[in-house]
Amino acid sequence: MATINVTAEGTPALEARDLDVHYGTTTHAIKRVSMEIPQNRIVALIGPSGCGKSTLLRCFNRMNDLVPAARVTGEVLFRGENLYDGHVDPVEVRRRIGMVFQKPNPFPKSIRDNVAFGPRLYGTPDDLDEIVERSLRQAALWDEVADRLDESALDLSGGQQQRLCIARALAVTPEILLMDEPASALDPIATAKIEELIQELVHDYTIVIVTHNMQQAARVSDYTAYLYLGELIEYGDTDTIFTAPTEQKTEDYVTGRFG
Amino acid sequence: MSRGRGRLLEAPPELEARRRKGEAFKWACLATTLVGIVVLVVLLVDVLVDGIGWLDPAFFTEMPSRIPERAGIESALWGTVWLMGLVAVISFPLGVAAAVWLEEYAGRNWIQTVIQTNIANLAGVPSIVYGILGLTVFVRWMGVVTGGRSVLSGALTISLLILPILIIAAQEAIRAVPDSIRQASYGLGATKWQTVRHHVLPNAFPGILTGTILALSRAIGETAPLIMIGALTFIAFVPEGPRDAFTVLPIQIFNWASRPQDEFRHLAAAAIIVLLVLLLSMNALAIYLRNRYEREW
Repeated sequence: MATINVTAEGTPALEARDLDVHYGTTTHAIKRVSMEIPQNRIVALIGPSGCGKSTLLRCFNRMNDLVPAARVTGEVLFRGENLYDGHVDPVEVRRRIGMVFQKPNPFPKSIRDNVAFGPRLYGTPDDLDEIVERSLRQAALWDEVADRLDESALDLSGGQQQRLCIARALAVTPEILLMDEPASALDPIATAKIEELIQELVHDYTIVIVTHNMQQAARVSDYTAYLYLGELIEYGDTDTIFTAPTEQKTEDYVTGRFG
Repeated sequence: MSRGRGRLLEAPPELEARRRKGEAFKWACLATTLVGIVVLVVLLVDVLVDGIGWLDPAFFTEMPSRIPERAGIESALWGTVWLMGLVAVISFPLGVAAAVWLEEYAGRNWIQTVIQTNIANLAGVPSIVYGILGLTVFVRWMGVVTGGRSVLSGALTISLLILPILIIAAQEAIRAVPDSIRQASYGLGATKWQTVRHHVLPNAFPGILTGTILALSRAIGETAPLIMIGALTFIAFVPEGPRDAFTVLPIQIFNWASRPQDEFRHLAAAAIIVLLVLLLSMNALAIYLRNRYEREW
């Protein structure tokens, strides 16, 4: 399939070109995917389990490097540079393109130390306290934790933990935020808070979110990509994908006839 | 219908037979368990009865002597303390570093597999073999450095002996740190070293410590390799440095137990009590640390 270009939006924040991912010799997890992620928009990746949406997301900040058997070919362009070029350092990629995971995974440290961990990796900045406060405010968690920053992050509720993980990711000032089913382990109220937060964050960040929940994709995203068996079946404006998709496969999936 | 009304759920004779088999098996299991425990208790009581009367403060402050009434374990006890201290200092960094490399850096390739298999095999090598190795390498070849039949040679030998156990325990502790923590760290732009330093090691530390103590408590009872490197001698002084000659508690016990006079048997029993107390305290500390820092992820 040719590049699916959704954008009349100017320079994309990320652009995948002919991306392939293999696991070992047997599994072809991503098949020639090309897509653009527009600046300051929310892009949702949907599709049935095992369709490759998490794998694709992990290509965007080279987290797949950590899977020994994974092999990535093709390009992901970020500010004109291919993330998979020889001179690119994956550690620097991950600072600029942050990630929030499916299960809240705070470090077993204090709330403050969780947020401060990222900035401290580059030496201790003088304004660490401000960074911590700003990040927690951005993640809409400050009011709930301001008076107990030194308590363990593990004592927070699941939803608070996930917002802490978002704050932690924001503290290193990334440009793009990748979210891998960030609300799937949370109850409906915590989920609503996360969704609200995502819509707030998109003013400052570009967001790619993988979700199992189609209502969630429809609610929060500007653009939606439907993946099936590693292929990008359809990518476009979220309203169009959910109301008038071009592909039969997409329609079957979004109407619940499949998956 | 052969059975009358209302008798449907009554146990038929054949069910009784099945149930009796189950009962028999239960009692057989209990009996075999008791064999082990009873033997252990008898042994402990016997040792306590034999030795408790000889445990007085002087026992800890006297050197071994030909006259039982004046014999004590000062040199053996301090030898054991020296040996354990040196073993801990030598084996802990080596074991932890090996475990970190194997778990975090090596990757799953044939080198890692070969090393891993060999570590597992080394854990099963008889300790006397380590003694021979220690005699050749540490006492003979490196004698200039180690001081020959010294507590340092002993410590190096015992360190080799417990390294496989320590490495495997540390690996398990490192593996127990959930991958989600590593992912979170890498996702923030941490390097491998920063991830290992700030997350893997601190979270694995209690487990590593427990494993180390258990490995040391195995080492504290080792006798054969130390006899091999020449610690079975009459030592009437406390080692003052790593290059000094030494003896340890189990060797002192062996020494006393092999003498014909009855009094030395009592001395041996008293020394066994001291050794057991040391051993059980170390195990208790390990269990305490494990429970104290056990974490639900």
